[in-house]
Amino acid sequence: MPRTLYRKLVDAHTVRRLDGGEVLLGVDLHIMNEYTSPQAFAGLAEAGRSVFRPGAHLAVVDHVNATRRNAAGDDDGRLLIETLEANCRAHGIAFYGLGDPRQGIEHVVVPEQGLARPGMVIACGDSHTTTYGAFGALGFGIGTSEVAHVLATQTLVYAPLKDFRIVVEGALPLGVAAKDVAIAAVAAVGAGGANGYAVEFAGSAVASLDLAGRMTLCNMAVELGARAALIAPDEAVFSWLRGRPQAPADLDAAIAAWRGLASDADAAFDRELALDAAAIAPLVTWGTSPDQAAAVTARVPDPAAEFDPARRAAAERALAYMGLAPGQALAEIAIDRAFIGSCTNSRIEDLRAAAKVLRGRRVAPGVTAVVVPGSNRVRAEAEAEGLDAVFRAAGFEWRPASGCSMCLAMNDDVARPDERLASSTNRNFEGRQGRGARTHLMSPAMVAAAAVAGHLADVRAFSGEV
Amino acid sequence: MDAVSIVAGIAAPLPQPNVDTDVIMPKRFLKTVTRAGLAQGVFADLRFDAAGAERPEFVLNRAPWRGAPILVVGDNFGCGSSREHAVWGLAQLGVKVLLGTTFAGIFFDNCRRNGLLAVCLPPEARDALLVRVADPARADLAVDLPAQEIRADGVAVGFEIEPARKRDLLTGADPIAATLAHAEAIRAFEAAADAAEPWRTPTVR
Repeated sequence: MPRTLYRKLVDAHTVRRLDGGEVLLGVDLHIMNEYTSPQAFAGLAEAGRSVFRPGAHLAVVDHVNATRRNAAGDDDGRLLIETLEANCRAHGIAFYGLGDPRQGIEHVVVPEQGLARPGMVIACGDSHTTTYGAFGALGFGIGTSEVAHVLATQTLVYAPLKDFRIVVEGALPLGVAAKDVAIAAVAAVGAGGANGYAVEFAGSAVASLDLAGRMTLCNMAVELGARAALIAPDEAVFSWLRGRPQAPADLDAAIAAWRGLASDADAAFDRELALDAAAIAPLVTWGTSPDQAAAVTARVPDPAAEFDPARRAAAERALAYMGLAPGQALAEIAIDRAFIGSCTNSRIEDLRAAAKVLRGRRVAPGVTAVVVPGSNRVRAEAEAEGLDAVFRAAGFEWRPASGCSMCLAMNDDVARPDERLASSTNRNFEGRQGRGARTHLMSPAMVAAAAVAGHLADVRAFSGEV
Repeated sequence: MDAVSIVAGIAAPLPQPNVDTDVIMPKRFLKTVTRAGLAQGVFADLRFDAAGAERPEFVLNRAPWRGAPILVVGDNFGCGSSREHAVWGLAQLGVKVLLGTTFAGIFFDNCRRNGLLAVCLPPEARDALLVRVADPARADLAVDLPAQEIRADGVAVGFEIEPARKRDLLTGADPIAATLAHAEAIRAFEAAADAAEPWRTPTVR
């Protein structure tokens, strides 16, 4: 029977079939951070359990550490970091802590090490683990109870998902980035519209994305509710893996095996959606859910036009929180802060795209602009290219340490109430970047354009970019 | 994990769609190495103002819904971050049942692992419950997991639940213990995969 790529990966990792259609799913790689793992290790200790396969785990410090300097930030953060290090030491698990040249945001670090490969199952106590779909790996987020389950058994009790294919055909217009494709997909499907599904992204526009772009797209699949995202691996993935520090020793044999890894031509999907790449414009969010988005050239929508009462109420509430009025031109909304960072958009390609806009330009007066490179390796590469000088000359603060930082504001990077941000991150939730802070999501180049303009701005108006 | 069977009590309406786990458990409560003390964090920015005073308009601060063990919630409840702290906090606040339509996947699994019954209803059934429990005189419900039924005076609505999840909730099972009974099968599976595809499961350095 023809199978989807998702189904093939599930089948290849099924250790046992369990009651009720669930399976015991083998996990190839498990990644941990400092804030969703301590209670899992404590649970193991209480039950007297050991780690089943210590070599198949990696712990990275990223969520709570400061990025203004290479430090824990505060005592609570320090305790989380020290607890993770002690747990890893006790169980023989690889740990990339502060000061380690390999440290950074987990979903940036794992691919750059060559640890995300086609055909794998990768689990992590972080919702954005869908990122690994860019490599044809089944990545998904889990809670802390499941972190304990993977530590103790190297498996998960897993209910297979339904299959949803999103096909994006055509050429992306100039100025339109992978982030825009991701936001367009979230807006089309709705936040939660893909709950219960694994999404496979396909089509010529997806195939044309580089690995950084594919990671951005798969990363944000969780914002439409998809528990997993996949893109069939191709030559771009294989060549990306070459020379990575921890790429498999027998890479050629691996590539030969990976070549057939795709959905069968006649595989059935439970749901399909087609998006026209040529119709996607640079997008910004206007509300407090990632599906509340529109072209930067558009106006703030009127909630009264929303037929569904719950959605209308949500839109009204969002506009009140965001301090916006229906009919306001999005490109006239003034910002206080610009933030480039996060597991969605902090890779070298993202920094290059933003730097292109910033070269020879200055951040508008009154705007605080910050860039946090996704990992220590990304920062080193960017500095070798001189990108740090471009950001600094433009008036951006170039952070000396890496982490999630103001994406979720668990460290000291917290926006103040009513401050408005142009942000390359993934969530515009109420309070996400600080209590009362107002987030507009967009691509890194669009953040750079907004920083220069002092308000949300169309990157296509900046000559010399893209 | 505590087993769930029949939960009877006040149900509170929270109709907003896409209530995310940042809203359920704001980040300032996450810097902890234990599961304890999270009740105060639940919906903290909705329950309390910046000075820490209760917001009188929030449903869980009003009679009869304060302390409700049942929440009737909007679509896609629990979206966003994987933080299980959201579910730990809800359970510590005394919430035992969530009646909604769809739940975000990670949150849904976290509920199962912590004895919180999340029920997926058709939108019309959920909407009818939202209207009903918004009336203080009609906010009392009983949610019967064994019978898969929600009861209010004179009304009974059935619900579907996956058999494996129902079993776990009814028994309060320890899934790790159950999985470790398959330890030999897991070892054999790993050995076969390592031999056939040595590039698949890394040994991280």
